[in-house]
Amino acid sequence: MSGWTRKDLLGLDELSAEELRIILDTAKAFKGVGERSLKKVPALRGHTMVNFFVEPSTRTRTSFELAAMRLSADVVNISATASSLQKGESLKDTALNLEALRADIIVLRHSSAGASRFLAERLQASIINAGDGAHEHPTQGLLDIFTMIEKRGSLEGAEVAIIGDILFSRVARSNIYALNKLGAKVTLVGPSTLVPKAFEKLGVKVAHRIDDILETADVVNLLRIQHERQRKEYFPGIGEYIKLFGLTKARAERLKPGCLIMHPGPINRGVEIDSDVADGDRSVILEQVTNGLAVRMAVLYLCAGGVGLPS
Amino acid sequence: MSTLRIFNGRIIDPANGRDEKADLWIRDGVIIETPVDGTKADEEIDAKGRIVAPGLIDIHVHFREPGQSHKETIGTGSQAAAAGGFTSVVCMPNTSPAADNAGTITLIREKAATSSVVNIFTTGAITKGLAGQELAPYNAMVGAGIVAITDDGHCVQNHEVMRRAVEYARMFGLVVLDHCQDYSLVGGGVMNEGEWSLRLGLPGWPRIGEEIIVMRNILLADLCDSPIHCQHISSGGSVRLIREARARGVKISGEVCPHHIALTDDHLQTFDSNYKMNPPLRTERDIEAIIGGIADGTLDILCSDHAPHAKYEKEVELDQAPFGILGLETEFGLFSDILVHKKKAIDMARLIELYTSKPAKLLSLDRGTLGVGAQGDVTLIDPDLEWVYDKELSPSLSRNTPFHGTEMKGRAVQTIVAGKTVWSL
Repeated sequence: MSGWTRKDLLGLDELSAEELRIILDTAKAFKGVGERSLKKVPALRGHTMVNFFVEPSTRTRTSFELAAMRLSADVVNISATASSLQKGESLKDTALNLEALRADIIVLRHSSAGASRFLAERLQASIINAGDGAHEHPTQGLLDIFTMIEKRGSLEGAEVAIIGDILFSRVARSNIYALNKLGAKVTLVGPSTLVPKAFEKLGVKVAHRIDDILETADVVNLLRIQHERQRKEYFPGIGEYIKLFGLTKARAERLKPGCLIMHPGPINRGVEIDSDVADGDRSVILEQVTNGLAVRMAVLYLCAGGVGLPS
Repeated sequence: MSTLRIFNGRIIDPANGRDEKADLWIRDGVIIETPVDGTKADEEIDAKGRIVAPGLIDIHVHFREPGQSHKETIGTGSQAAAAGGFTSVVCMPNTSPAADNAGTITLIREKAATSSVVNIFTTGAITKGLAGQELAPYNAMVGAGIVAITDDGHCVQNHEVMRRAVEYARMFGLVVLDHCQDYSLVGGGVMNEGEWSLRLGLPGWPRIGEEIIVMRNILLADLCDSPIHCQHISSGGSVRLIREARARGVKISGEVCPHHIALTDDHLQTFDSNYKMNPPLRTERDIEAIIGGIADGTLDILCSDHAPHAKYEKEVELDQAPFGILGLETEFGLFSDILVHKKKAIDMARLIELYTSKPAKLLSLDRGTLGVGAQGDVTLIDPDLEWVYDKELSPSLSRNTPFHGTEMKGRAVQTIVAGKTVWSL
């Protein structure tokens, strides 16, 4: 498609608004494929995609796998425990071996920020960042935005609140970069330890009371509290977090009509969001998952230089 | 007897307050008075357009021997030093095993005696194994020839242990050098905590992780009335703390590496591990404060923190890469370019002072002077030479530098140790 020249997708910070729109438009075309009885197009037939997940994941890995299959690519899955990294091999050497096996696309999930860029600078294969440490998770950001646009139309002037553990969140960063470029107004909400004021330098507002945004938000995107990334000093305990920042049923009732409730998953029910709210009418959490497939098909297709969108 | 005459040059010898056009004579490796009897020298060097300075001294280098000679050896490190204009370097003790005992110090000095082209001075560890728990045997290490103690690469976290180290070192006239880093505040930080660490999702290393230890050291130096030297200052706040303390007469000092005034944390945006330093690259505000500190005399030692690493060790994910870069060949050029030519913060004579008499005085080294009777260590400097660094020409075993291709103005062009040229351009 004209306008897309990148081999890799490493993050949304480096994309222009035009490039974001190209991916979203392509995803829209691909979404229909999943709704057919024969959910497959030949766009990447003959291509090999390696799902290289050095960090555990279920939904992202499965989503990429299905996306590649729907494009008729061959797929290999490699997990951290099954890779030579366990034997002390460097990331570079492992990747060079994958390339020697003629992988065309490597989807990398890694605990180190910048790991996908590290590979992209050294390999011919297209590198798709499926989450690198606390840096970026571009396809999650894209599917969030795809869902917002699908439900609301334009994002110009939309008030989007991202709530929770922002400091350690790659999802938040990808959302911030893309939402800013598409004209949305972003407010980050969470404890001052996890949402430091310095985030304002990224062109967003910072708030430390969820009640401040309930009546104005058009979208609330709730992030999981990442116990595995945190040292316990960031806040005193889950009980206090729920009290201060949890989207409880009572709080959800104060949201504007039509306000979208989003979550990248996996959900901690009863922590960042009440179970009833997560399953309620305004929740689009499962639609995000469905849209993730279309977005990932688009990203794989564009980065692999595919031609000919499904009619 | 062999004699060397260096003529036509501008002698700048801050230790003796000299800045004049004159000849410099060295006989059998020792500086002598200019003969008045028409003596002919065995060797002559025309230093026209050049500064004749005391041999430059770098008090902070890592030569990786023993234990990691794939990164650097004392021999290759010394050649890199010579290529940077240095006649003397002071090695840090974080070798493997650590230089925390007389035996290892002796081994390093023996290696230096047979393989080094410049003077190698050694430091000993503050604590055994650099573990921050038990004092190393200072008396034995002094006997083996150390000139200071430091746990560089590590920082003693226990203030009581540090206090006793400073008190005990005083008995031997040892200066304590300290890598200022509070572990509880820095955690796994890999870059300056700020906008860029937020953008990149990398763990931050906040300024106060340095400043709180600088403050600790000020208090201990005051309490013990004994000198503490803060290594590789990166934070503007540290400069302010040291300035205030020195004004009160506290025996505290600080040093600066060129990367901390040449580069900022936004260089990390490509995740290039050649920009990963400890302490990390900070911001323009810090650079301004550090340069201000050099200009007003708060910080009067310059050094490289020369930290070689093999390519495969640096070519990994950023958070897993080791800290540090090469520095010996680029430091004088960078400081000359930034401090003297671009910022005009100091003049060339002052720059030479910061690399000669100041470090010699801090560590009581019998170097850094062109006085009669001193060892004939001389660095010839072309103050206006414009040049570009090519890392592939380095004699170091490593290539980890962000300054490949960097243009600089001012360069050491000939390095003379004890009257013998060990490197020239």
